[in-house]
Amino acid sequence: MEIETKKVILAVITLKPELVAGGGAPVFIAANREEQEKVAFYLSRIMDAMVHDLDNGVMVIVGH
Amino acid sequence: MDYHTGIVGGLIAGVLARIIMLRLDYRQYPTYPHDVITHIALGFIASLIGAVFIPALMLKEYTAVTFLAVAAEQFRNVRNMERETLSKLEENEIVPRGIDYVEGIARTFEARNYLTIFTALVVSGFIVWLGWIYATAVFVLILIIVCYLKTGKVVGDIAEVVLEQLYFDGPFLKISDIYLMNVGYPPDREKILAEGMGVLIKPKNDNGRAILHNLGQRQAIVHTAAALLGTKREVGEPEFTPLARKNIDTGEIGLFILPLEKDFECLRKVIERTPVLESASRKPLDSKAGRIAAD
Repeated sequence: MEIETKKVILAVITLKPELVAGGGAPVFIAANREEQEKVAFYLSRIMDAMVHDLDNGVMVIVGH
Repeated sequence: MDYHTGIVGGLIAGVLARIIMLRLDYRQYPTYPHDVITHIALGFIASLIGAVFIPALMLKEYTAVTFLAVAAEQFRNVRNMERETLSKLEENEIVPRGIDYVEGIARTFEARNYLTIFTALVVSGFIVWLGWIYATAVFVLILIIVCYLKTGKVVGDIAEVVLEQLYFDGPFLKISDIYLMNVGYPPDREKILAEGMGVLIKPKNDNGRAILHNLGQRQAIVHTAAALLGTKREVGEPEFTPLARKNIDTGEIGLFILPLEKDFECLRKVIERTPVLESASRKPLDSKAGRIAAD
């Protein structure tokens, strides 16, 4: 089934850089919410992946 | 004694039975013209095996009978053939059928060839033994039994389908407390709320709950819904993937789909008419422990 495939965080888009540390995915820092959403959307379409919101100013792009 | 009428009669009966069974397949499987030919050809061979079985026995041609048993083995390959074709096509399905569904279809095809052999065997036997009239009656009887056998249970028998509102709890798409997925991009959320559809599939009893618990069964429901109503899911847009998730407390299934045709009555009918897969079929209520646990 398609859902049980391995999931990978491909990128992190954050308004608060201090919330993100280390890890394997590149981090994009956005100045405001609109920019964050836009960058997240672009990245998700480029990588055929999905935007997830962690609800604390951090968005992650996850490949399903 | 002349066995030719028996053989020819059995052959015709077998091929007819296979054609009738093939017609009943169409909803499970896109019947491409070439596939139809493949199956009728195989049905012809199967009928021939069945039709000569009794005459061979009566002529004491036991070697021939042994060979027929070997030939019948070939029909195992029908299952492999269907499984392989469907599994390969599966890779390019946007909403896959799921292995359970594929396995169910493959098994059905195999079983129908055996039914063809059986029909040809019985009909030819009756022609040899009692003549045409009885054989025709038996043929009709077999067809009725076959039609009854092939109508397995459908989801509508084990569960009830009700419309339910989709909503967002923060970034979480939910339906009646069932978590479906985290959607991060706000315009997608709006699209899902405006164009998406959510239904609850409520099992009627513990048997239904056990069946809907099966992932393959849920995938089959999702596939059928997406195949008949269309889906806005596209390559690279996993947000619009139709999903079926369980409420872990009640066993109800929340189904989300972004259809091309937003029509609840259609969706309800599609879900209700999805077959209950053989591999998903479970009957805890038939056991004593299951009945005690149910109350």
